[in-house]
Amino acid sequence: MEKEGKLKLEVVTPYGLILSENVDEVTCSGSEGEFGVLPGHVPFFTTLKIGMLSYKKGTTTKYVFVNWGYAEVGPERVTVLADSAEKSEDIDVERAKAAMKRAEERLRKMEEFDFARATASLERAVTRIQIAEKFR
Amino acid sequence: MPTLRDIRKRLKAIQSTKKITAAMKMVAAAKLRKVQDRMLNFRPYASRMQMVLSDLAKVSERESHPLLFLRPRKTVEVLVVTSDKGLCGAFNTNILRMASNYISTLKKDGIEVSYNVVGRKARDYFRRRNVPMRKQWIGLSGRITYTHAQEIAKDIIENYVNETFDEVVIIYNEFKSLISQKVTSLKLLPLGSIEDEGGEREPALTADFLYEPSRAVIFERLLPKYVEIQIYRALLESSAAEEASRMTAMENATKNCSELIKKVTLLANKVRQASITKDLMDIVGGVEALKE
Repeated sequence: MEKEGKLKLEVVTPYGLILSENVDEVTCSGSEGEFGVLPGHVPFFTTLKIGMLSYKKGTTTKYVFVNWGYAEVGPERVTVLADSAEKSEDIDVERAKAAMKRAEERLRKMEEFDFARATASLERAVTRIQIAEKFR
Repeated sequence: MPTLRDIRKRLKAIQSTKKITAAMKMVAAAKLRKVQDRMLNFRPYASRMQMVLSDLAKVSERESHPLLFLRPRKTVEVLVVTSDKGLCGAFNTNILRMASNYISTLKKDGIEVSYNVVGRKARDYFRRRNVPMRKQWIGLSGRITYTHAQEIAKDIIENYVNETFDEVVIIYNEFKSLISQKVTSLKLLPLGSIEDEGGEREPALTADFLYEPSRAVIFERLLPKYVEIQIYRALLESSAAEEASRMTAMENATKNCSELIKKVTLLANKVRQASITKDLMDIVGGVEALKE
């Protein structure tokens, strides 16, 4: 692959720029399903759900947890704006596990008025754990 | 005439007050730096989101979304952002005065007001005046996260869509510089024109974008983000302004303490000398009396 064919991947959250790197390939979970981006992609705009973003750089693959947001894809760049995002090595597994337990408890007791919120936090926790374990 | 001991006690008290105010100034400075970092980190996100939204807004129909829809103003929600803690100069006074003025002009026009307050100071202020508040957010200042802004935004949007109120105005202190804060009011809803804050961009790139799902759906999903961003920014501005205001207030207090210390030390010396003089007079008087 030529050098200038590389994709510029940026992940931006309200807490700052999480990631800014030149990569070869990006895979993202959009609200309408997973999609992959290679250099020269058609301009494309989609919302994202809670999920995993992975990118390849040479032979190494890295994973990022993405919580909601949207992605803007151009021929040479991918910009992701997310509510929060963490690189797989930065994920706090203990915290995610605790959050998972809490959410499960709430769902089991069915005392949670905000069902959507509990499921969302469960989903976030589970995804975080999955990504963190993949990295190991 | 106070005794020497009283004056010395007072001197001690002032000295320890000075130590406290000096320490508080340092703490405020450190906190301010933290908030400023946050503001800096937030900027790329905000500007990019705004860029995208203003692009989407250009191609969407004005009346297509409830957040854009203009309704006659019958009830206006006022979101007042103050601090939880005091000792920050005129920070809270200014904002509450402005809020009260604004509210009374609204009431003059026959518009009802719904109160939404951030910070203990605003809550106490309205509670003392027996004003029922629709919502209060306490314990945020100093540790604001984007999630807080999201919660506030969610609540406001829900109620706005349910037509609990027809307009939302946010009143907060804007951080101008270390020595000046400006009370600002900003119309949050209905959304006016979405300003494009610029930044680097390729012209007309979004025009031939592929949207998934449709452009309208994306626009709808992203619009609440705009409200969140505005609220988060206001919260950050406010807490930066609070710390800056506290810094100046504490610096002045420290200065005043130094002055007082000088004055009281002088007084203490005078009293001490007076009593020595008195004692000497007594002794001399006694000696003179014995001589005779």
